Amino acid sequence: MTYSAWIILTASLVGLSCGIMGVFLILRKQAMMADAISHTVLLGIVIAFLVTNQVSGVAMLIGGILAGLLTAFLVQSLQSLNIQHDAGIGIVFTTLFAIGVILIATSVGNAHLDVQHALMGEITFIPFHVITLPILGEIPQATAFLFVVLLIIVLFITAFYKEWKITTFDPALAASLGMPVLFLHYLFMSLVSVTTVASFDAVGAIMVVAMLITPAASAYLWTDRLAKMFILSGSFGVLSAVLGYYLAFWIDTSISGSMAFMTGLIFLISFIFSPTHGLMAKYIRPKQAM
Amino acid sequence: MTNSIIKVEGLAVAYQKNTVLSDVNFEVKPGSLTGIVGPNGAGKSTLIKTMLGLHPALSGSVYFFGSPLSKVKSRIGYVPQRGSVDWDFPTDALDIVTMGLYGQIGWLKRPTRLHKEQAFNALKKMGMEDYAHKQISQLSGGQQQRVFLARALVQDADLYFMDEPLAGVDAATERAIMAILKELIADGKTVMVVHHDLQTVANYFDHVLLLNHTVIKHGETSKVFTKENIVQTYGGNMRWMGDE
Amino acid sequence: MWLNLLSSNTQWVLLSTMVLGIAAGTMGCLVYWKRQNLMSDALSHASLPGVVIAFLLIGEKNLFYLIIGAAISALIGAYLIQWITTSSRISEDTAMGIVLAVFYGFGIMLLTVANRSVGGNQSGLDSFIYGQAAAMVKSDVITMVVLAILVILVVVVGFKEWKVYLFDQAFASGLGLSLKTMNILYTAIFVMTIVIGIQAVGVILMSAMLIIPAVSARYWTKSFKQMIFLSAIFGGMAGMVGTLISTIGNGLPTGSFIVIVAASFFIISLVMGKEKGLLIQYIQFKSQQKAYLASSISSEKEVQSK
Repeated sequence: MTYSAWIILTASLVGLSCGIMGVFLILRKQAMMADAISHTVLLGIVIAFLVTNQVSGVAMLIGGILAGLLTAFLVQSLQSLNIQHDAGIGIVFTTLFAIGVILIATSVGNAHLDVQHALMGEITFIPFHVITLPILGEIPQATAFLFVVLLIIVLFITAFYKEWKITTFDPALAASLGMPVLFLHYLFMSLVSVTTVASFDAVGAIMVVAMLITPAASAYLWTDRLAKMFILSGSFGVLSAVLGYYLAFWIDTSISGSMAFMTGLIFLISFIFSPTHGLMAKYIRPKQAM
Repeated sequence: MTNSIIKVEGLAVAYQKNTVLSDVNFEVKPGSLTGIVGPNGAGKSTLIKTMLGLHPALSGSVYFFGSPLSKVKSRIGYVPQRGSVDWDFPTDALDIVTMGLYGQIGWLKRPTRLHKEQAFNALKKMGMEDYAHKQISQLSGGQQQRVFLARALVQDADLYFMDEPLAGVDAATERAIMAILKELIADGKTVMVVHHDLQTVANYFDHVLLLNHTVIKHGETSKVFTKENIVQTYGGNMRWMGDE
Repeated sequence: MWLNLLSSNTQWVLLSTMVLGIAAGTMGCLVYWKRQNLMSDALSHASLPGVVIAFLLIGEKNLFYLIIGAAISALIGAYLIQWITTSSRISEDTAMGIVLAVFYGFGIMLLTVANRSVGGNQSGLDSFIYGQAAAMVKSDVITMVVLAILVILVVVVGFKEWKVYLFDQAFASGLGLSLKTMNILYTAIFVMTIVIGIQAVGVILMSAMLIIPAVSARYWTKSFKQMIFLSAIFGGMAGMVGTLISTIGNGLPTGSFIVIVAASFFIISLVMGKEKGLLIQYIQFKSQQKAYLASSISSEKEVQSK
């Protein structure tokens, strides 16, 4: 495959994974938790790097999951201490992120990590770091990594589909039926962390947030069917990734920035033109009888 | 007493520094339909949430069928307040009703056609079969409440807790829900309902639990639901709805 | 003593981060009670495109113009969040996430273009975005301090009005207070606080300056006035101490150290605070439980004795 084909494939995998994760994420009203986790995962990655002294996928993944779980746990604890939920998120993620930044500035120095890279990603370098796999041959490490993560996400989302559904819609009922609501919350946050870690290299922390939230929000404006929302969200994610790549290529600018911009453009179009929940629909047939 | 289906002893609940419930003791007979009545903030929802383990208790114990909650969860159905969920969730009425079966279906398994049929029958019982595939956001408040009731029915529990099922519903829905509750009782089930409308208490419930941070009075409606007890529950400055 | 050892530029920087901390601590209390904590995060990210566009238009890094650009961009972001939330089924936190990430992405697109056109990172925009107080010059400091004092003044002068506005809007309008004017004023000083802090703390961590001191202050007092006062002190101290620490090494990120210092204040407050601090609460819980058990035992005895 050509250089740009690899980049497009990688970006599409990010779009697809994030698009799928995003559906339950926004329905669970955890969008800002994803923002928090995407920042704190940096700390996990830095610590994994300091411990193992190398940039290894598995170590980063573990570090990222632990950082994500720590974030979710701290936010949960602060909330149980009666601190406004969003204030809790704000305190936790800025503090952990600051620790990550300081660690990078002081001990990791000019090694393989730097803050800007982590925040913006560097998808252009991805095709250069290849690994050799049986059957598939030489493929970029990040791409293979993303593919595995996509499989993990799909597996967990489908295996616990009804559990996600009920804990999202009515956690009180779920708890009364004896479902481990809190455990499922932490499992979900781990999945968000995994998605974030895998997408980090390609698009960076903040663009992950765009990819996680915006395509799902757009899909939510087009459909009232959960299954359809998954398909749409995944497609919007891939579409933003591909269009973003070409936009960046065209005006010669940041690829990840352009992808985030594209998710926004798709959202804007959905927000205005969606026949079910868009602005136009509301003006054309105002206030349908309930 | 061996023939009580619920036994609550010395239950106390606190949010932060404020004690919401204290020294709550009562027993419920099988086959009874009990209205939990009390002023706003009296701890009515908190009481059932705590009994169902959804909120931690400061002290006290709760027994259902003579066992602690964890052993008998599948025999208990819960209908939360309608306003506690986001009705923009992208799914249809049938799917929501099917959720009532999720506890029985078990991990990693999907609802089968049989489950869907069960759910559909429950909807039918609530007169909602025409709305089975309707988006839940497009249902009226009363219809949404009926979906919640159908979801409880499908659980086929022996004991039900319902949090304000008659709040903000239309007259037809209110009648439909009451008919179903009477039917459940006739089938030998036990139901506890948080209720806000004092005027209908006497008609709807055979037992009443007057609650204001603790149990003021509990027993058969005809004996307990007296003006004197109600004034005691609501405090001196309440307006007795019957006088209006 | 210490201050004499520092270069005069560092003294200026210290002054500015301290005043910024005071302003953010003050404003943070209003934001806290308006329950818009994470809005500050969304808006600081949303300011990025405005910063870069202002830079591209004037062609140099002049703090005053960058702040104007940032403010316009953040205001558009705030308006969009409100518009999306009120006119669609999208919830507020999702809308904030969208605006935050998409504006930031757009800003990065523009920044890449800006850096290319000026050649490398010479523009100094990067330090502006990621927060490097050391990169500030005297004129930046003056701009910042003046605007920060303006924010503090608006809060202090209208203290009574803010209080009713935050706690009881219906009552406020009953008093003849124009909610519309208050909303506009609130948004104006909110956005101003955010954008003047970006240079020192960075877009990503600026929200911490608003959130953390205010939450910490809550653990020491029940009075709104004292909360603002304490929050301002926490904010000012965090700004100053954080900056001092970051001057020890070369190129250390100021913003991160300020946040860490603020977070330490928070942890101390959380544990030791006299209003619902963990220690106090634990003691209260234990005594409550004891008292409750004692009273229930005695009431049982009463029953038995009857």
